[in-house]
Amino acid sequence: MLEGLLLGLSTAFTFQNILMVIGGCLIGTFIGMLPGLGPMSIIAIMIPIAITIGDPATALILLAGVYYGAVFGGSTSSILINAPGVASTVATSFDGYPLTRQGKAGKALTVAAIASFSGGTIGAILLLIFAPMLASVALLFHSSEYFALMVVGLSAIAAFAGTGQVAKALLMTFLGLIMATVGEGVLFNAARFTLGIPDLQSGFGFITLAMAMFALPEAIYLILDPNRSKTADGGDNSEIKELRISRDEAKSIAPVIARQSVQGFLIGVLPGAGATIASFLGYAVERNIAPKDEQDQFGKGSVKGVAAPESANNAACTGSFVPLLTLGIPGSGTTAILLGALIALNVSPGPRLMVDEPQIFWAVIISMYLGNLVLLMLNLPLIPYIAKVLAAPRNFLIPFILFFTLMGAYIGQNNATELLLLVGFGICATIFRFADYPLAPLLIGFILGPLLENNFARAMQLYDGMGFIWERPMTLGLLVLAVVLVVLPSYRSRRARARAEGVADGD
Amino acid sequence: MALDRWIALIVLLICVAYGYAAFFSMDDLLPPIMRRSPIWPSSFPKVLSVGAIVFALIILFGLEKSPQKDKAADINLSRLSEYKVGQAAILIGLMIAYALLLRPIGFLASTFLFLTLGSFTLGERRYVIMAIVAIIATAGIWLLVDNVLGIFLRPFPLFMSGG
Repeated sequence: MLEGLLLGLSTAFTFQNILMVIGGCLIGTFIGMLPGLGPMSIIAIMIPIAITIGDPATALILLAGVYYGAVFGGSTSSILINAPGVASTVATSFDGYPLTRQGKAGKALTVAAIASFSGGTIGAILLLIFAPMLASVALLFHSSEYFALMVVGLSAIAAFAGTGQVAKALLMTFLGLIMATVGEGVLFNAARFTLGIPDLQSGFGFITLAMAMFALPEAIYLILDPNRSKTADGGDNSEIKELRISRDEAKSIAPVIARQSVQGFLIGVLPGAGATIASFLGYAVERNIAPKDEQDQFGKGSVKGVAAPESANNAACTGSFVPLLTLGIPGSGTTAILLGALIALNVSPGPRLMVDEPQIFWAVIISMYLGNLVLLMLNLPLIPYIAKVLAAPRNFLIPFILFFTLMGAYIGQNNATELLLLVGFGICATIFRFADYPLAPLLIGFILGPLLENNFARAMQLYDGMGFIWERPMTLGLLVLAVVLVVLPSYRSRRARARAEGVADGD
Repeated sequence: MALDRWIALIVLLICVAYGYAAFFSMDDLLPPIMRRSPIWPSSFPKVLSVGAIVFALIILFGLEKSPQKDKAADINLSRLSEYKVGQAAILIGLMIAYALLLRPIGFLASTFLFLTLGSFTLGERRYVIMAIVAIIATAGIWLLVDNVLGIFLRPFPLFMSGG
């Protein structure tokens, strides 16, 4: 581990790579503050730039910096104007915005900065310790286990979708997998499901789909509802006072940060859970275990309510790199996009990554410390100035968001047909969102689709049929786990409902 | 019928068409030697179409009860007319126009028009500021993409660059 660390230090501490971390954090923070552009969209925008860099370690360092910056920037807009630009910072706005209205915006931002820094740093330490362990386990995996593992990941994503949403999430996953089969596959040199359209020969572009699933629906929502990006009551949030936190507050949030960093990291490691769920769970847990009088403060401006989701979501961001780097399984939509970028850079994440290209693996871990430090230095003194970007008038902001999604899709493919696909899918995605269909499973399914099919095909060829399912106990175990993950939540909610109805009848 | 079930119905029809192709028409083109392989190009699509059809049916028949939730922050479809649907439609139209015009009239003109008309649609009337912002953004992005990143974007209309 020590030599790995040293290797990582020597790779990350080149002038170019440090510039990349700083640049990535800056870009991520600034764009992440704009509502409608979450880490997923920003990374998608940055991918063409990262690919032109060429060196995978540097490109990944840049993208990781953008990722942290974006999650961080999202919390800034959540706190200042109650406009979470990112799903994972929605929980931050529960208590952050009330603090702003009490004139304690500076305090809220400071707590958020420190909590994010601690969460990210503790996450990086845990990654350092656990990733090699997970990777050594991962070496036991063959193509049939990979197939089963991806099935587990996809069903975990569906299972975490929440009660009443499992069928929808699974349908979206299948849709994503179906879309991935369009075009020429790797194993069969025949185009499939192209409907005779030459432009579909190479399949759908994944940046196009990423933009269409996330950035466009959010932009359309912003157009439809002008109040979505505005301050609730036009309060002057440009005056930021009381930046410091008192000794008592520091004492009360320290255990919160410690607990939520560990919990957030563990949730982040699970495929499909990700920063959003970590932040909500962190908020919910801290609220439940707080003393009675502090419990009432949650939702009305509690510093603990800012610290919990912030440390949890940053730790989860780090945690989601564990399955990505060691198993090649993205734990969230964002890491799914990162996986796509890695494959474009000719790096195949997986158990071999640590053996074949250790400099990439360790450089990313080191760049996480660096990224967190840069973010802390950036956030504390610059907050009052950064917030001014949010004052960009909506009339200019929205055309720019739309323009950037168009450019993201066009630069990736250099094909104007891709733009029409983008708009078409964007409209579909907006309608899906109207009806509460989760969109992340579709994208994750789309990105995992070819990997899933190729491993499935390889296992089928090795075992000349479906025999691998019962001949390899680990495959069978994983597939059973996948079924349990899908069935359990709906079974439990059904039982809970039955019990609730029983009580009502008894009364 | 609620919107999510309509969507499920449409998705179901798409998946049935997909499944039909996978089960009945795709394998006709397969060369005889490929038929000896345990996995065919249609194998995985067959599994997918069955899975997707099952879940589409579950949603269509409402087998999974979705909880009632209050989402004050989200779009309420029953009051759709109170939202800026017209503006959204015009901006989507602008995006389609941008896609169609990007090649023929060049990047600079189409982007300038998109940004100014987009702001105009949203109710901006300070024409000078609109023009300045659009010019700076258009030129800046073109320089970044074309010169810095080295991705070719045709800057001028087709007739000016000799087709």
